[in-house]
Amino acid sequence: MSSVVKDTHHEEHPSGIMRWITTTNHKDIGTLYLWFAMIMFFIGGLMALVIRSELFQPGLQFVDPQFFNSMTTMHALVMIFGVVMPAFTGLANWMIPIMIGGPDMALPRMNNWSFWIMPFAFSMLLSTLWMDGGAPAGGWTLYPPLSLQTGDAFPFLIFAIHFMGLSSIMGAINIVATILNMRAPGMTLMKMPLFVWTWLITAFLLIAVMPVLAGGVTMLLTDKFFGTSFFNAAGGGDPVMFQHIFWFFGHPEVYILILPSFGVVSAIIPTFARKPLFGYSSMVYATASIAFLSFIVWAHHMFTVGMPLAGEVFFMFATMLIAVPTGVKVFNWVTTMWKGAMTFETPMLFAIGFIIMFTIGGFSGLMLAITPADFQYHDTYFVVAHFHYVLVPGSIFAIMAACYFWLPKWTGNMYSETLGKAHFWLSTFFVNLTFFPMHFVGLAGMPRRIPDYSLQFADYNMIASIGAFGFGFAQLIFLYLIIKTIKGGVKATDKVWEGAEGLEWTLSSPPPYHSFNTPPVIK
Amino acid sequence: MSESGSYYIPHGSKWPIIATVGVCTSMVGGSSLLNGSDIGKYILFAGLAIVVFMIVGWFSTVISESEDGLYDSQVDSSFRMGMIWFIFSEVMFFAAFFGALYYVRAYSLPWLGGEGSGLATNTFLWPEYEAIWPLTGNGPGEIGGDFKTMGAWGLPAINTAILLTSGVTLTWAHHALKEMKRMQLIIGLGLTVALGIIFMYLQALEYGHAFNDLNLNMGSGIYGSTFFMLTGFHGFHVTIGTIMLMVILGRSIYGHFNPKNHFAFEAVAWYWHFVDVVWLGLFIFVYWI
Repeated sequence: MSSVVKDTHHEEHPSGIMRWITTTNHKDIGTLYLWFAMIMFFIGGLMALVIRSELFQPGLQFVDPQFFNSMTTMHALVMIFGVVMPAFTGLANWMIPIMIGGPDMALPRMNNWSFWIMPFAFSMLLSTLWMDGGAPAGGWTLYPPLSLQTGDAFPFLIFAIHFMGLSSIMGAINIVATILNMRAPGMTLMKMPLFVWTWLITAFLLIAVMPVLAGGVTMLLTDKFFGTSFFNAAGGGDPVMFQHIFWFFGHPEVYILILPSFGVVSAIIPTFARKPLFGYSSMVYATASIAFLSFIVWAHHMFTVGMPLAGEVFFMFATMLIAVPTGVKVFNWVTTMWKGAMTFETPMLFAIGFIIMFTIGGFSGLMLAITPADFQYHDTYFVVAHFHYVLVPGSIFAIMAACYFWLPKWTGNMYSETLGKAHFWLSTFFVNLTFFPMHFVGLAGMPRRIPDYSLQFADYNMIASIGAFGFGFAQLIFLYLIIKTIKGGVKATDKVWEGAEGLEWTLSSPPPYHSFNTPPVIK
Repeated sequence: MSESGSYYIPHGSKWPIIATVGVCTSMVGGSSLLNGSDIGKYILFAGLAIVVFMIVGWFSTVISESEDGLYDSQVDSSFRMGMIWFIFSEVMFFAAFFGALYYVRAYSLPWLGGEGSGLATNTFLWPEYEAIWPLTGNGPGEIGGDFKTMGAWGLPAINTAILLTSGVTLTWAHHALKEMKRMQLIIGLGLTVALGIIFMYLQALEYGHAFNDLNLNMGSGIYGSTFFMLTGFHGFHVTIGTIMLMVILGRSIYGHFNPKNHFAFEAVAWYWHFVDVVWLGLFIFVYWI
């Protein structure tokens, strides 16, 4: 360690709240991100339970339709921008500097700023629930002209999105700079763990598309307040243009939500199969291909909006192409497990659950990619079933798998395997109970974002609502388990898992406040 | 890649939380203002004051750390990557507005005029409407009065020459810095700042001409929307760039920078060239063709 590091009192960080507010340490900031995501997960989950309560039976029972629409809109915004993205950024903060043998993130002060924006941006967003005209209720996609009818909440919504975008862009820049500049000597790009690779590509996507969203919502703002006509056909603009701009952001965004999961699963499967990952380089290339394709498929979200035929056909085939690199990944994970000496600890259960249920979501995605079929599925519960399969037993399960996988490393204590398994099996049972019936009601024609429905959908909706409450309560086990593990438990070894590979397992559990002041030797 | 354990990691910093509070206050104030609240503008100004205080304080900290020699070449690389990717994000921000312009010109206006799948729209909603770019009326719905479009070969052409010249003077200053000719560096930067200010002044004249003589404003249909949003955001970036150049000029006069260590100069130069390139796109696609 050089004198410079000593002079800045690194070992004596301030205690109390100021430690967390002023911290520049990647582990502290990672912890903050993860706790923020956890809190938002329960807030967004409560909104989902309002939705499912209302849909428990046909007819209007608990909330008025406007508030119901606010709940669907806010649930999406909270879960996407407040849970999945910060949770993965938290994992990146914690693990990437350690995985590449670096001392910290490349730009530590900016790292702090990226985090502290989040609670403020979400306070702004959530405060709209109490404003005149209610919270945004036009869907998280903010399509005009409907979204322009939002009340006082509108500018708060737009600025909150700008603010979160700022946080995401700075977080992503930091991750790119860290990965490209902070690797230990000998840690070549193709030796990096896949979690690092998937995050490098995700960060690139973030920097490329978050500004486009910022531009799009800025046009909404000026259309509402400054008389512009971007999305007003009478002035020569086009409301459909917003959909193009939004989904040019939105489709890469959904890969931002899933690519880091691929990295997590690619770390966990080899550990518990006790075999190296099958097809490492093909995994890297597949991730890059998915990222590239994500830029040329956006209009599959708008097949029914009235596009020229050539557009419909192009976006259909480009979308189907994504199944190829995704298939490479799924086959690689399965092949890694083939003839492995497998054990089924909680992280492995979540990872296998991820592979199976994410693939279900992928297949329903392929069905939606077929333009003529999409005319039937569009804006039905089939779409809701599809994206919840890729996001809940997809992204969220991967985040949970990562938490179980690295929790002993972070805290120095083993978690309770019994509770972990109970959490997994209850979550898996209830998540399927919630979302599988939505395929059927969707195919039968039940529309999204409506608080009431025809009587023939009643049974499946009741089942889905029971599933949602079961899933919600199962998450309390997760919260309890994490707090319990932080407070104490059986001491974890440095390696934690028998089959673990990688630099994070060479450090003590928990790791020192500064991971690698002297770069590790990479074989 | 990390060669030693000397990478500078600042300890706790208060600037990020001040930045967050400042930006959040500005946004809350701005939102209230837009919603018609009287106290909105005071909240907005308070927030902006915090932001300015933060920018000054944060950059002062970084500059003094740099002058104290705390940054090794690896920290320098991190800063460079940060700036490059920040500029890339700015490119994508402008891409959204250029994309809107292209989409309108290539698709939505012809469709409103009845081309292709827009036939029904034209026939049933605006049968009289003919789509001709640049528009001279407020789109098919005629929302607002008539206006004239901005010509390319008056002020905009002069502004193009000014920005291109400023790129040359800035490069000259950079060469002077690398050869340690401080006087030339200061003159080059001073000229660049002056050209930036002239550009902004001329753009202000151009906006005045648009408002007063051409009846062209943000409400002038999609032409006015794209024109003012693109040139407005560009003008905002020129303003920021000029302020950054002034800081660099001040630091050069003060004796900062040497041929080996002048990341701040280069970062500002990259930013200025980026603003320059965006202007060329504007001149071609907004003013000219």
